Amino acid sequence: MNMHISAGEFTARSLSIIASLKHLEGPMLPILHAIQAEFGYVPDEVKQVIATELNLSRAEVHGVVTFYHEFRDHTAGRHVLKLCRAEACQSMGSDHIADRARQVLGIDFHETTLDGAVTLEPVYCLGLCACAPAAMMDGELYGRVDEQCLGDMVREARR
Amino acid sequence: MTVTIFVPRDSAALALGADRVAKAIAQEIDSRRLDARLVRNGSRGMVWLEPLVEVETDKGRIAYGPVKAGDVAGLFDAGLMQGGGHDLCLGLTEEIPFLRQQTRLTFARCGITDPLSLEDYRRHNGLVGLRSAIAMSQAEIVAMVTDSGLRGRGGAGFPTGIKWKTVMDAPGPQKYIVCNADEGDSGTFADRMIMEGDPFVLIEGMAIAGIATGATKGYVYTRSEYPHAIATMSEAVEIARAAGILGSSVLGSAHAFDIEIRSGAGAYVCGEETSLLNSLEGKRGVVRAKPPLPALQGFLGRPTVVNNVISLASVPVIMERGAEFYRDFGMGRSRGTIPIQIAGNVKHGGLFETAFGLTLGQIIDDIGGGTATGRPVKAVQVGGPLGAYFPRELFYTPFDYEAFAERGGLIGHAGISVFDDSADMLKQARFAMEFCAIESCGKCTPCRIGSTRGVETVDKIRAGIEPDKNKVLLEDLCNTMKFGSLCALGGFTPYPVMSAMNHFPEDFAPVPMVEAAE
Repeated sequence: MNMHISAGEFTARSLSIIASLKHLEGPMLPILHAIQAEFGYVPDEVKQVIATELNLSRAEVHGVVTFYHEFRDHTAGRHVLKLCRAEACQSMGSDHIADRARQVLGIDFHETTLDGAVTLEPVYCLGLCACAPAAMMDGELYGRVDEQCLGDMVREARR
Repeated sequence: MTVTIFVPRDSAALALGADRVAKAIAQEIDSRRLDARLVRNGSRGMVWLEPLVEVETDKGRIAYGPVKAGDVAGLFDAGLMQGGGHDLCLGLTEEIPFLRQQTRLTFARCGITDPLSLEDYRRHNGLVGLRSAIAMSQAEIVAMVTDSGLRGRGGAGFPTGIKWKTVMDAPGPQKYIVCNADEGDSGTFADRMIMEGDPFVLIEGMAIAGIATGATKGYVYTRSEYPHAIATMSEAVEIARAAGILGSSVLGSAHAFDIEIRSGAGAYVCGEETSLLNSLEGKRGVVRAKPPLPALQGFLGRPTVVNNVISLASVPVIMERGAEFYRDFGMGRSRGTIPIQIAGNVKHGGLFETAFGLTLGQIIDDIGGGTATGRPVKAVQVGGPLGAYFPRELFYTPFDYEAFAERGGLIGHAGISVFDDSADMLKQARFAMEFCAIESCGKCTPCRIGSTRGVETVDKIRAGIEPDKNKVLLEDLCNTMKFGSLCALGGFTPYPVMSAMNHFPEDFAPVPMVEAAE
């Protein structure tokens, strides 16, 4: 991912994304998903572009972006580790796994390790409740996560 | 003859290594030059046996599980191709007690077919319901769904037929079918399983709903935490469109219906129907006040059916077999079957579809086999994060909407999370409040502020600060949230909190102050 994108390029790339999705009924979320897929986050510069194209105020776009947990305001680490923190996973010791993850990575939830390798995020249910605790690393799913599995994931991410 | 080997593509199977198993099987087929084909089916729902490998034989399908990639060569050595004996062999899949005891109507095909094969779908009675719906009038379809007794499987339990009738009777040039696939409740995965394992049944159900109500456009709002479900549904919609099941002429009829798959963005509250509609429109997912009902002013202010995945996926079998057939299962006002999801700390976790009426004890002890850790069951939470915690004393409760409501609980989306005796119920009550605070949309005060005050009050009880006074305060707060919130998030968060406090008072007793050793 190019970390040095000029404002002009943000606008140009956003405009082409918006143009391809604008015809949908309620195009905002599809556009935001596509923007995040393109840049890794939803850049501040893009909000005004979306607002102009959808005939909304910038504040309205900002309001939508910040409502949803999934949209980021800055890039994540090279890998994103999501640990399920909901009840079914709690019943199988996910709180302990979460503590271990914080310890091993040296960060709290919503933070990224200093080497930029891993961002740790909570998730409330991956639908893997009968093989808890569950985790997702860059879209890959893991069930019955134990300390060893967690260690393997972190080692793999830091390679 | 070509032998068919099945390895599930369901997320739970993938999380337990199904892709590695499938790859190993493909390699063995290749290196041994065997006449076999690999099918990636949905899950049978026996998650403790995943990845569950099956092989088609003259006697039926033989199951092996749980299989690791390292077991594969040994399985072939033992004669997997002929269903040969092996330590992991479970015999005929259909004879496994967990499956044999079920009544699979909605999940009839799940785990059996290739989810994206229309040919498989047709061969297993797919599209029969849609064809008969096309031959009927709108009012006849709606009457049939009403007569079946089907109630909303998302949690509210509202009669599906009545909702459809409201939309059918509503005037408007454009109406919508919105499928609520924002399955955010912990302990539930039925929607995910059907979308990954039998996506065409949901498409068929939505098309029938469209024909019945005069809606020509459908949306499936799926949570972004379900990437595999989104991918499978999107592919299935393309296939259905190419085959003329969706489009300007549904199966050659005069009805038009098409579907679009949309992805949420990690907001639990968007599972609430009005919040979902706002999100679909591209707004903040805040809850709308009712009335107006979404049936009259829903998506973009137009008449809209909002139904859960399982409600819609249950419609094809009703149209195929008739309202009476479906209604004859169940008890009281809970008719038909319900896919119960047994999850958390349980030995035999998975999806168990059965008629309403089994007791909680039968489900947890007999079918689930008790806890995974082998310790005694302390509590079960039924219905997700907004459901009550029931102690063993309430295990006689039959699985029925009304029976649960009478005991201060709810069935919700029929997910059950089991906890062993190491669970700390005060901690669970605190989490319920904390979760509500994280996920509150902020529209109404009892939910937005009450949840944060709730966390603080529970913390005070734990710390031994005026515990009796704070317990009264917590109850008062719960009542405010229950009766003053706009939607179920704030309104039902008191269920887990109050049930934890009422059924497990010992966990709310102040911890005796211990002097720090240092």
